Amino acid sequence: MRRARPGDAGPATAGPGAPQPTGEPAGRTRLAARLGRTRQAVSAPLGRIRAGRVDEATFEELEETLLLADVGLKSTGRILDALRQGVRAGAIEATPAALVASLRAEIEGVFSGEDRSLTMNEQPPSVWLFVGVNGAGKTTTIGKLAQQQSAQGRRVVIAAGDTFRAAAGDQLASWAERCGATFVRGADGADPSSVIFDAVEHAAARRADLVLADSAGRLHTKANLMAELRKVRRVADRPPGRVCEVLLVIDATTGQNGLVQAREFTNAVAVTGIVLTKLDGTAKGGIVLAIRAELGVPIKLVGVGEGADDLVAFDPAEFASALVGD
Amino acid sequence: MFETLTDRFEGIFARLRGRGRLSDADLDEALREIRVALLEGDVHLDVVRRLVEQIRQRAAGADLAKSLTPAQQVIKIVNEELTATLGGEEFRLSYASKPPTVVLLAGLQGSGKTTAAAKLARWFVEQGRHPLLVAADLQRPAAVEQLRVLGRAAGAAVFTAPTDPVDVARRGVAEAIRVGRDVVVIDTAGRVSVDTALMDEVRSVARATSPRYTFLVLDAMTGQDAVATALAFHETLTLDGTVLTKLDGDARGGAALSVAKVLGRPVVFVSTGERLDDFEVFRPDRMAGRILGMGDVLSLIERAERTYDGDVAGSAVERMRSGRFSLDDFHDQLQRMKRLGPLSGIVGMLPGLPKEMRNATVDDANVTRIEAIIESMTPAERDDPGIINGSRRTRIAAGSGTKPAEVNDLLNRFRQMQRLMRSSGMMAGTRPGGRPDKRKGGRVTPARSR
Repeated sequence: MRRARPGDAGPATAGPGAPQPTGEPAGRTRLAARLGRTRQAVSAPLGRIRAGRVDEATFEELEETLLLADVGLKSTGRILDALRQGVRAGAIEATPAALVASLRAEIEGVFSGEDRSLTMNEQPPSVWLFVGVNGAGKTTTIGKLAQQQSAQGRRVVIAAGDTFRAAAGDQLASWAERCGATFVRGADGADPSSVIFDAVEHAAARRADLVLADSAGRLHTKANLMAELRKVRRVADRPPGRVCEVLLVIDATTGQNGLVQAREFTNAVAVTGIVLTKLDGTAKGGIVLAIRAELGVPIKLVGVGEGADDLVAFDPAEFASALVGD
Repeated sequence: MFETLTDRFEGIFARLRGRGRLSDADLDEALREIRVALLEGDVHLDVVRRLVEQIRQRAAGADLAKSLTPAQQVIKIVNEELTATLGGEEFRLSYASKPPTVVLLAGLQGSGKTTAAAKLARWFVEQGRHPLLVAADLQRPAAVEQLRVLGRAAGAAVFTAPTDPVDVARRGVAEAIRVGRDVVVIDTAGRVSVDTALMDEVRSVARATSPRYTFLVLDAMTGQDAVATALAFHETLTLDGTVLTKLDGDARGGAALSVAKVLGRPVVFVSTGERLDDFEVFRPDRMAGRILGMGDVLSLIERAERTYDGDVAGSAVERMRSGRFSLDDFHDQLQRMKRLGPLSGIVGMLPGLPKEMRNATVDDANVTRIEAIIESMTPAERDDPGIINGSRRTRIAAGSGTKPAEVNDLLNRFRQMQRLMRSSGMMAGTRPGGRPDKRKGGRVTPARSR
């Protein structure tokens, strides 16, 4: 049975509020349900080593699992070294089951100590800026978040800070309409900083709680676009606004370049958290493990579909389970 | 940034210079480095295994060519294997005998299908065709509007209808026939391969339109998942090739290799920027080096081979030595540098390039400007820049979109370069024509070893 989608009514109409499918669980179990589809589609990678003893072949299997999940050579090596040490020292039982459990614990451990909350300023409006490369899912994430925050009773203003992409404003407008959030846009090709500043002033004047600011997708290799983004953040942070979150949106299918993206965007605009999108597909999103381990940036949100409810808090235990195929 | 594979290799093989054969142990070490480079480049683990095995078989026992070091020999084999896997020669698109030629684009969300569709339409227009774009993505808000705007810029009409993707696609093809469009490019919604309903839907779109070509649109930064996704789409649609997008980033692009290997279908087009004309037919030879993390692999091999065979550069060197290095030669060198890939890192690799030229500020931004200036000159001006006076300078500046001061700057720097070449060790002790001037203690220093 097909779940309902934002565009179901067709391109000409954007009805208020996509009908929610019946019987869908919320929050954490939603993540499990979404990821469950992948688990059915892909057989558990570690199934083969469940029985039998622990030897170098076992570690190769573990390495394969991690590499296939885009964890990358460096983080994979570090995790496997920790496991080998543990087995040698007797801290980990030399059985496949214990090893897999330890692997899960190691992965979860990478994310310990994270502050995964979404920061709000004491004085409204709080500004959450969304950044990332083209196609990561910034606009859709904002749409979902606007709906969720509105449902929680917050007054939301959406700033159409993507002034480059054809019809980006229209895309956001349809989401804004759906949840009754105020929508502020400029002309095509307008200066994104001024659009966002307008939105912040508007929010302040109307005592709105939250400004969700979109930005155009950009590759971090483009110096001029990164300079533009730095300016956007600076301007958005001017009173009456306060940038409380700079959320880097990363596609779960991204390979090792995700780490480069995280590094470059953090250098440019001080990223405060990652939104990992499209985890409802076959990709495992293991690159966030490397991002957290090497850059210390917390993973805050996970996108698991195109519907408004398909945005949940990141859960290290669920993530580790899905990665290990358990 | 990654240390290049070349550097690693040169380290390993430094001690092997002069030896005739590569030992198994040496080869193992090299293959380990290749494995790391490929994995770091996002090539799928299984594909890496298969490729490393193929390379091992070719390299084992191979006699070392006299001109190449063992490192270069292995790199050459690696380069050839990767290039062959990526699609060998450039893809040749053919048209349906009974128009329209239908091209269907499919892929994950955010891969760049809509932009690619418009770029492809523009490419077809450049080929003298009359494409119709079909906006069959009714899923994402404003996707249709986006394609309309892009289509306008691309010079292609856009067809859509507020019904459902299969209906839109079918009617789009019918419309193309009705108005005499010879190509149809269908944009579809992004979808994850585990969504069976949506995969069924795209299969229905294909059934309704019988595309001549079905391309997977793949983001160059995709990691290990590329294979699972490609296989799933291939099973549903039977893909003819891949369109690789966002190649203007610094992702190594190993996903392209994985998909090509696993599907046995080539990468067909690449999207290299955000403008509509940033779109071209894929060139496999340039991609291999990028995936390995060594942009200079071609020049490395080329230099070694040409050094042995005697070469084009030799005559340029001759001209430099005899003081006859002209603006045309300079322009020629710049073009060759461009063809070899990103400028930083390869300037030092050019055959016979004197260090004075390497040190000249030739970065990517400058090159286009310098080329434009030289191209705005008349042959006489290029031959003898001394005749360039104020009015000529103004004309050259206007023709190249630069300022007279920039033209002046180039000419000064070029004169400086020529002076340095003449007075450098290379040039000293030669008379016009290149013969050694023994009065100045000149020796015959050949441009290359034979």
